[in-house]
Amino acid sequence: MSTAPSYSEGTITPSGEVVRYSYKERMCHWTAGTTYVFCLATGLAFYSPYLYWLAAVGGGPMSARLLHPWVGLFFYISVVWMHVMWKSQMAEAPEDKQWKEKIMAYVEDRDNEVPPQGRFNAGQKLFYWVMYYGALVLLVTGILMWFPELWPRLHWVMSVVIPLHSGFALVTIGAFIIHIYMGILMVTGGFRGIAVGTVTQEWAQHHHRLWYDKIKKDQK
Amino acid sequence: MPNENLTIKAISAHPGAIGSGAAPEASYEVCKLIDTTTCIGCKACEIACLEWNGYEFRETTFDNTYQTMPDTEWNYWNLIRFSEHDNGDGTLSWLMRKDQCMHCADPGCLEACPADGAIVQYENGIVDFNEEHCIGCEYCVTGCPFNIPRLNPTTKKVFKCSLCSDRVGAGLEPACVKSCPTGCLHFGSKEDMKFEAEKRAKQLQHNGFEHAGVYDPKGVGGTHVIYVLHDERDPEKYSGLPANPTVPIMVRFWKHPLKWLGNIGLIFGVAGVLSHYIRFGPKDPSIRQEAKR
Repeated sequence: MSTAPSYSEGTITPSGEVVRYSYKERMCHWTAGTTYVFCLATGLAFYSPYLYWLAAVGGGPMSARLLHPWVGLFFYISVVWMHVMWKSQMAEAPEDKQWKEKIMAYVEDRDNEVPPQGRFNAGQKLFYWVMYYGALVLLVTGILMWFPELWPRLHWVMSVVIPLHSGFALVTIGAFIIHIYMGILMVTGGFRGIAVGTVTQEWAQHHHRLWYDKIKKDQK
Repeated sequence: MPNENLTIKAISAHPGAIGSGAAPEASYEVCKLIDTTTCIGCKACEIACLEWNGYEFRETTFDNTYQTMPDTEWNYWNLIRFSEHDNGDGTLSWLMRKDQCMHCADPGCLEACPADGAIVQYENGIVDFNEEHCIGCEYCVTGCPFNIPRLNPTTKKVFKCSLCSDRVGAGLEPACVKSCPTGCLHFGSKEDMKFEAEKRAKQLQHNGFEHAGVYDPKGVGGTHVIYVLHDERDPEKYSGLPANPTVPIMVRFWKHPLKWLGNIGLIFGVAGVLSHYIRFGPKDPSIRQEAKR
């Protein structure tokens, strides 16, 4: 028995499916995903008294306070890794403008009115950039909040830094709610792509026509 | 543990109602009065504080002043701050100010604290830290306009003066007040202490300190530690006593409008995507195929 092959993105497997995300991309995504969810739960615990029980995710309030910054640092590192992989693919493309004009058709599932999209549509790109810049602000403010005793002179600065950290966390949470909803419930078949790597050809053609067409063309 | 003999008024980051609220003693607001004009800088209060709270005395730092050490620490809650103030007319004032937690009626530390039960405020006005529940985030440090809370770097817990809540709960005066040899420290009801302070200020005005006054800053709702100052126009000269202390505006913004915006956003965000599912359902890849046919 040999190990199952790990296909690169854009190959069509012997069983006729399209590889949407390579093993490396999936690992990167889930490193970011799990570290983000940890920070989300422990962060919400410190955000609201009504969510303080979420600190249990971090092993209780005291250890959650110790772990949140460390896990947050790993989240940021995974975002940098993702950026190296996807930066060029997340750049604006001509079809993005048409997608944005047709956003209501996309939201209301009138997909036949939505123009063909590349590997990532404009909505996915927007989510990417919100998380990318969000993570940057959370990193900078988070490091200041990690050891406030080291910069006692920044006393009033901290009163600005903490709301900034909360505010940007909330922005990423808004984006994250939509991301989870779309990935699991709305765009059925997509979750398989990020979990085990493959989607059906029908799915690829439906959601990312330009990407799929290129794969087919390269195959010939 | 919060003192069981004292009625609790507010608890940090506490969802819902506040405990049993039943305490055996009738609560009235207490207050410590510090008369800076009669302090001789003997440091008896510093020692009494250490002794009562069980911290060891340590070597002092001599920096050519009458101050024991440069700053308060997690296990040194009470410090007589010394400043040699140039009055600008060729004279100097030697100002001694006993610095410790002011026990604000509107405590910024409690406002900022995210840990349920780590900070409590009693009906009698004492603001007490409960280290058992402290998570060491130091948000209280940011919330405090007097720069009082101090982190123990080993245990990652924050400490400050408790106004001897344990002694007060047992009907005693705070240890510092007990030890003061000049009568510069008084302890009693807020009402009585205000009366005594105003009386002393008047006396000082008669005796040539025309700007003598009482420090009980309104910006934090008044404090349960008040000062008589020789010159109330410039509290800053008493080693940085803030002239107009308030809970930082951004702490207020974070704990009220931002929190409510965030809560509404979170609830509507989750409700929004779920109602989208109910109204439009999942994207079906077969739709476009059919449209082409």
